Amino acid sequence: MIFGSIDLTLLLASLMVAATPILLAALGELVVERAGVLNLGVEGMMITGAICGFAVAVNTGSPLVGFVAAAAGGAVLALLFALLTQYALANQVASGLALTLFGLGLSALLGQGYVGIKPPRTPRLDIPLLSDIPFFGRVLFSHDLMVYLGLALVVAVWAMLKYTRAGLVLRAVGENHEAAHALGYKVVRIRVLAILFGGACAGLGGAYISLIRVPQWTEGMTAGAGWIALALVVFASWKAGRVLLGAWLFGGVTVLQLNLQAAGLAIPVEYLSMSPYLITILVLVIMSADKSRAPASLGRSFHASQ
Amino acid sequence: MLKLEKRPQPSRLWTWLTPLLAVLITMVAGGALFAALGKDPVQAIATIFWQPLFGEFAFYYRPQLLIKGAPLVLIAIGLSLGFRAGIWNIGAEGQYIVGALTGAGVGLAFYPAESWAIFPLMVLAGALGGWVWAMIPAVLKLRFGTNEILVSLMLVYVAEQLLAAMALGLMKNPEGHGFPGSRNLRQYESAHNAEILAGTGMHWGVVAALIAVILAYILLSRHILGYHIRLMGQAPRAARFAGVRPARLVLFCLGASGALAGLAGLFEVSGPAGQVSIDFNVGYGFTAIIVAFLGRLHPIGILLAGLLMALTYIGGEIAQSNLGRPAAAIQLFQGMLLFFLLAVDVLTNYRIRLIRREVAR
Repeated sequence: MIFGSIDLTLLLASLMVAATPILLAALGELVVERAGVLNLGVEGMMITGAICGFAVAVNTGSPLVGFVAAAAGGAVLALLFALLTQYALANQVASGLALTLFGLGLSALLGQGYVGIKPPRTPRLDIPLLSDIPFFGRVLFSHDLMVYLGLALVVAVWAMLKYTRAGLVLRAVGENHEAAHALGYKVVRIRVLAILFGGACAGLGGAYISLIRVPQWTEGMTAGAGWIALALVVFASWKAGRVLLGAWLFGGVTVLQLNLQAAGLAIPVEYLSMSPYLITILVLVIMSADKSRAPASLGRSFHASQ
Repeated sequence: MLKLEKRPQPSRLWTWLTPLLAVLITMVAGGALFAALGKDPVQAIATIFWQPLFGEFAFYYRPQLLIKGAPLVLIAIGLSLGFRAGIWNIGAEGQYIVGALTGAGVGLAFYPAESWAIFPLMVLAGALGGWVWAMIPAVLKLRFGTNEILVSLMLVYVAEQLLAAMALGLMKNPEGHGFPGSRNLRQYESAHNAEILAGTGMHWGVVAALIAVILAYILLSRHILGYHIRLMGQAPRAARFAGVRPARLVLFCLGASGALAGLAGLFEVSGPAGQVSIDFNVGYGFTAIIVAFLGRLHPIGILLAGLLMALTYIGGEIAQSNLGRPAAAIQLFQGMLLFFLLAVDVLTNYRIRLIRREVAR
């Protein structure tokens, strides 16, 4: 299917790729926010994951090891946030901003020797039979491992929150930490675990950009993807399924504007590059009317003595 | 076993001690970082904090302190008002860019006419540009309940693209031989934000920053609006009963911080930077967040913190050329400073008690 100079099959296939980094990061943040913690450091954790994954993948030659390192890098940074907000009871907004500024500096420092290097290629996994279906095969079943992992994670997070005891406890902590504490749940411990999970997911998302989507290392290469992921959680009303929809929407906008740039439209490139951010604002405007879905304890510190 | 015990009131002593403590810890951690990178830590710290002030080339670096400190203080003063009231404008970088664009735009529109009125008009346009850019998150927050953090931040990326579009398109120097970037405002006398006293680094932006500090001090300590801002931040429910209108505070805090950031952008583009170029913005809008917190959201504190942060910028540049340390190291340094500040801040609101675990009888 071809419209003008834009091939729809390739467009949708690259949409899946463009959606994956923000999908991963937003899923992690979703879990964090459902536990009642607002971590604004997603951008910092993503870019740290991007360089950790890149450096390790280049040095070991294995993208898979790179992704593991990226998750670890993101989680380590998230641990700093957890220490600040859960043990030193610092303001979550300020701590998240600190995390982003710190992560941007750290990644630029770590990435010095890696500018202009090509990372090892991540193999594409064509799922047998399914990938042979015309159109849908190329769009859905002919990607790298991380795309499938992202989709699996959507289902896993959704099921965990909806059907498991762990999910119920997590939500209880996010809705009313005093009540959860009174019932004997370890509020701080649960939140720290959620924050670590969020960091690992953001790290994976960042590494997906530097190892597969771009693929190379440049300073500040996440370019606001972490903030878009944060907006996505609001857009999704804190629901895993809708995060997927939102990620596809943003992936679609990104890919479409890149295609329009390549197609040589009369509009200057800069105005097209604005579109993902403007769409994010627009979506926030549409979705923010309904505030009732936000976890009730979101952004509040918990200290057992009170 | 260590236990945190909430203080009935934030400790006044620790409120002012924690920034100093944070700076000290950052120096130690930064030294360790430099050591890990294979540089002499003492020399590196001295390069950053000592050389700009008292080193061999201090006559060159001291004026830089004012040039780099002015935008930081100007932006941070505005941000601190909102931060006090729980209104988080973190898109100052975008407002800074747009202020520079509108201000420079007015100046370029008059080129080559010479008049004393051009520069004041540019100043107005710069403040207005920043104000408009900050009104977007404010109005969206009031009308639709959107989160001002996310909207103001998204607008930074939009502003960066706008800057690139202007530098390559509308504002490009027609006599620039095709290079991106506008005419150099430093060569256009009516639009040049020149030094008031030659060789001191003292330009109109520094004056504006000092005025902002004084006005903010009066506002917060003497004016009913400043009282409402503080009340809103410390006890939102009580504030509402006391007749504080949150919508007005949102408009005022975001508007003021936007206008001040726009001013900072205008003074920068018409003075030290000189022209609208693609890489005009260097992150003052984000560093100002650290300045605001390090200065305890207090005008005088911000003035001191702004100078300190300017020092790290200059020291970072020296370290970059003398020790071959990357600019990123300074960014990391600044991030670390905010981290440690937030961490030691626990001492302001909590007391650490050593308690023995009691044995059950």
